Amino acid sequence: MTISFSRKDTEPMETARAAACHARGGTVPAGQSGLASWLPVVGLEIHAQISSNSKLFSGSQVQFAAPPNSLVSFFDASLPGTLPVLNRRCVEAAVMTGLALNCSINKKSLFDRKHYFYADLPAGYQITQKRVPIAVNGSLSYSLCIDNKMSRMVTKTVRIKQIQLEQDSGKSLHDDTRSQTLVDLNRAGVGLMEVVMEPDMCCGEEAAAAVRELQLILQTLGSSKAIMAEGQLRVDANVSVHHPGEPYGVRTEVKNINSVRFLAKAIDYEIQRQIEELENGGTILNETRAFDSKLGCTISMRDKEGKQDYRFMPEPNLPPLILYDAKSLPANRNHQQVVNIDWIRERLPDLPSVKRAKLVELYGILPEHSFTLLNEDGLAEYFENVIKHTQMKPKKVIGWVLKELLSYLKEHALAVKDSPVSSFLLADLLNLLERKEISSSAAKQVFEELWKGEGKTPLEIVKEKHLELLRDQEELEQICQAVIDRQEDEVMAIKAGNQKVLNKLIGLVQRATRGRSNPVLVKQILEKKLQSE
Amino acid sequence: EQVPAAVLEHLERLALVDFRDAEGVQRLREAVRFAERLHEVDTEGVEPMDSVLEDRCLYLREDDVTEGNCTKELLKNAREKIEEYFVAPPGNIPLPKLEERETFEQQS
Repeated sequence: MTISFSRKDTEPMETARAAACHARGGTVPAGQSGLASWLPVVGLEIHAQISSNSKLFSGSQVQFAAPPNSLVSFFDASLPGTLPVLNRRCVEAAVMTGLALNCSINKKSLFDRKHYFYADLPAGYQITQKRVPIAVNGSLSYSLCIDNKMSRMVTKTVRIKQIQLEQDSGKSLHDDTRSQTLVDLNRAGVGLMEVVMEPDMCCGEEAAAAVRELQLILQTLGSSKAIMAEGQLRVDANVSVHHPGEPYGVRTEVKNINSVRFLAKAIDYEIQRQIEELENGGTILNETRAFDSKLGCTISMRDKEGKQDYRFMPEPNLPPLILYDAKSLPANRNHQQVVNIDWIRERLPDLPSVKRAKLVELYGILPEHSFTLLNEDGLAEYFENVIKHTQMKPKKVIGWVLKELLSYLKEHALAVKDSPVSSFLLADLLNLLERKEISSSAAKQVFEELWKGEGKTPLEIVKEKHLELLRDQEELEQICQAVIDRQEDEVMAIKAGNQKVLNKLIGLVQRATRGRSNPVLVKQILEKKLQSE
Repeated sequence: EQVPAAVLEHLERLALVDFRDAEGVQRLREAVRFAERLHEVDTEGVEPMDSVLEDRCLYLREDDVTEGNCTKELLKNAREKIEEYFVAPPGNIPLPKLEERETFEQQS
């Protein structure tokens, strides 16, 4: 399943607001009654499910959509007498992610218990890392388009406060009609990385871009599949507003956001709601609000139980987690018991930002092109494969991949891997175009035909539909002459000095040849004929 | 000293512990007094120990699937179940406020 955050999805309104947001350095002007402008502040807490075979502290399988309570061990169900045993793969995933986000990895980190009661938390507490998490003080760079046409990109950075390992809870299915909750513990105990971002963002668009980049990084590392729709990436937003120069305002927490697009919407709605409330003399409550995607608004989830006291305490069953690097490697330890930070760092794959830079340098494409290539699963590989098999220059190929191919894919809601036009077929087509055997408009017709996926090659389609460029100079000259003979008014206009009318004649020749004439050649022939008349 | 009623109520709500009667509260008071003796030790500049396991090695398990698939056994513990789901009330049922409960103070 492909996740796409296409520029076309974002409504013009949101982009206009974001563009204005960046131009003013993040402030929102006052509404009708207000006098001073507003500075929105946005911080994110992101939970990414670790991509592993088994859970964080038990050997139950991690799998989406399995029969209820089938992937649950005695420990996951919190039966007495069970103990947590840490999964090495989860530790490595967190270290990889910390390194990719420029964090300091804590060589000694600790586990704690966070207590609260809920039916899907059988132990009555979650094992997390509150005091000393595994990674701290990192940063995430992301890019933003500051105008509608995606031609001006600006790089922003958000600080990462920390990354911690923690358990996921089970799933509650609320059955309101029968006034009960059904509990499935398959997800209970799955490893999570909580990524806490500092409140360095100012609007929905920034948050969405940051999350999108984090998603790409996690997917590149393989530490999390990070598919929001499958609950592998959950984002909560903390939102507040204040006047520049004044202290931060009261913040609300917005939950229940199921896609990157809704994230932007939810945050922008909440910012507006808070501004309106404050400008009307109201106050903001420090509360949790749920985003309703149908209504496009946030709704208070005011807790009947009041403020939670989680009674954090050290997890008594787990010693500190010690990580090593090349210098501190213990001599006599079984290497399966040792996590070496340097070993992991050496094996980090190219991060998206590095991949993009390489694409731009290698192929001379624009930075914004590299973003689009990486945004669609498999598109960069597709592009590179076309390049490999065609003589056409990358700068021209990119147009075909980003305009023709991508728009067809979007129109039919297809992923790159399901494209009826493979990279090899497209390369063949572009070779015909490059060798001037067909015109550009003919090539587009062939592409449309290829899309039907009937197994024909580009050359077969060209022959079938007689789309070859007219090679017969004489035939072309005859057609040109015929057009000149018919269009007396236009000929007079050209002779009088209006060169633009020549384009009309070229168009008429193109029409007469059903797109099979080379416009440059046609122009030459027409000009020569008109001169000699 | 007396443990304030508000603190008792808070503790009962947080931990769902029932102090039940004067004897229970007395036991709590004695436990607090016992723990307070820790203040007699000068711990200036000493890192707190939070686990006697602090110098043990945290064992790391290989990422293999070795457990699970015991739905039937687990559900034996369920008072109510529907199609292999545990059944719970629609949400947390908050502990009734102190005034609404029969507490030791009302009993004595």
